[in-house]
Amino acid sequence: MLVRKIEKIVEESHHTKSFYFKGEFHANPGQFIMVWILGVDEIPMGLSKIGEVMGITVHRVGDATEKMHSFAEGDTIGIRGPYGRPFDIVGQKLLMVGGGTGIASLMPAVELAAEQNREVDVAIGALTREELLFAERAKEAGVNVELATDDGSEGYEGFVSDLAGDLLSKKGYDQILTCGPEAMMKKVIEHGKKHGIRTQVSLERFMRCGMGVCGSCAFDGLRVCKDGPVFDSEEVYDKGDFNRYRRDPAGIRIPLLQDI
Amino acid sequence: MVDLSTSAGDLKLKNPTMLASGVLGETGELLSRVAKSGAGAVVTKSIGLEPREGHPNPTVIEFEFGLLNAVGLANPGIENFREELEIAKNGGVPVIGSIFGKNAGEFAELAAKMEEYGASAVELNLSCPHEEGLGQEIGAEPENVEHITKEVKGSVRIPVFPKLTPNVKDIVALADAASKGGADAVVAINSVKAMAISPETKMPILANKIGGLSGTAIRPIGVRCVYEIWREVSIPVIGVGGISSGMDALQYITAGASAVQIGSGVWISGPGIFSNVNKEIEEYLERNGHESLKEVIGAAHSC
Repeated sequence: MLVRKIEKIVEESHHTKSFYFKGEFHANPGQFIMVWILGVDEIPMGLSKIGEVMGITVHRVGDATEKMHSFAEGDTIGIRGPYGRPFDIVGQKLLMVGGGTGIASLMPAVELAAEQNREVDVAIGALTREELLFAERAKEAGVNVELATDDGSEGYEGFVSDLAGDLLSKKGYDQILTCGPEAMMKKVIEHGKKHGIRTQVSLERFMRCGMGVCGSCAFDGLRVCKDGPVFDSEEVYDKGDFNRYRRDPAGIRIPLLQDI
Repeated sequence: MVDLSTSAGDLKLKNPTMLASGVLGETGELLSRVAKSGAGAVVTKSIGLEPREGHPNPTVIEFEFGLLNAVGLANPGIENFREELEIAKNGGVPVIGSIFGKNAGEFAELAAKMEEYGASAVELNLSCPHEEGLGQEIGAEPENVEHITKEVKGSVRIPVFPKLTPNVKDIVALADAASKGGADAVVAINSVKAMAISPETKMPILANKIGGLSGTAIRPIGVRCVYEIWREVSIPVIGVGGISSGMDALQYITAGASAVQIGSGVWISGPGIFSNVNKEIEEYLERNGHESLKEVIGAAHSC
């Protein structure tokens, strides 16, 4: 268990904050860490920044994330990992589609692909303008940024999956990377399929071990923590759990709520 | 071709490797996947009468030579488990239902449900090291082991395998009690009661503070337990603890284990570990001129 002081906290929106700490470990875009919130819980968080300084971006949705939001710079967290299968960044022209907090897990892929001089279009979507994340950071990375809001307060008015559909009709891409609500990712996969383009998706489920032994994150016959969290669309699209079910901490299969 | 088949009581196995309880065993699809990747049988996560969420995280942590866990017997409850067990059977190998309860009556009720769902045997969790009023808190006493085993035997026709704790002065007394209760085999060992602390935060890492140690670190303890049990008790032994290779499994088998279970090894090598271990056992048997696995069960006792 690594123990780190939080070096910097950035308020991204009224419900989301980023936390930065010294990394001193290697990670690839799409991987996650288990974050120990001392005395409260330990939760999986995708890395939203990879480098000498690492970052996670936390949407306040429950007790653990509520506690995280109460932290000040200098407070301590524990870290295990990084774990999981990363994004496989191949091809010259890439479309990356982030919905809500999902864009956080894509940002390291955006920055790496830009560094490698690949052509990247990033579509970022949120409910409102205030909730759009990382648009400036993506622009600074030197990629083309397209925005969508459900209420039309910024950019394209509507779902980011439909914006992605428009981009796919206009331009050719070698592959699509996406992270966000499963209903959104399902639509992105379908748009990609129409154009014969492969999509990689990043999934999220309740986790305990994070390293493929306990089975708590079962998604049909796959372990989200170890076989994923990044999957090829072909691996998940036809699965019964995709966009339908998750497992609660007791292991009971329950409907997937799309609240993020 | 050497013969890898073996048995534990009336349970026939095509090879001696089983998935240990607590690893990938909560859902039918993952159990079925492990079965298809080469295990001779799969053991479910321990199931109780009611759904249980278990302890808050951290519940599982890794270190150099193993895993430390206090998941807290999280499970969906026996009523929700019927479908999982039925899906698990699609894997094509015996499914062993692991169960835990507060008393003999609960164990007997759970065992009957597992039999009804189609389990090929039941494993009695008398050994989880970190739950109040459950697991080893019951199973550390030989009279409880005997009584619970006898009650379960009276409620099912499928084989009954009590799983024993190493956290006692004399595990042989537990195995002997299981045998007197009519057990078809015993499983040894469950995890070793253990703890890890983060000095930087001055806190135990597991939310439950105390947990169970598994993996490479406990293999010599498990091998010793199996060796001692085999010498004194006539029913078959199923060996478990720190097996990640064929040679690890053969330590248990030559100590007297008729079959072995692999849990933490899945962390090291993934579900492919079962076919690798079987291949290595096969190669060992060929190299040493044996025609069947049965020839080497307990072979370390001849010296």
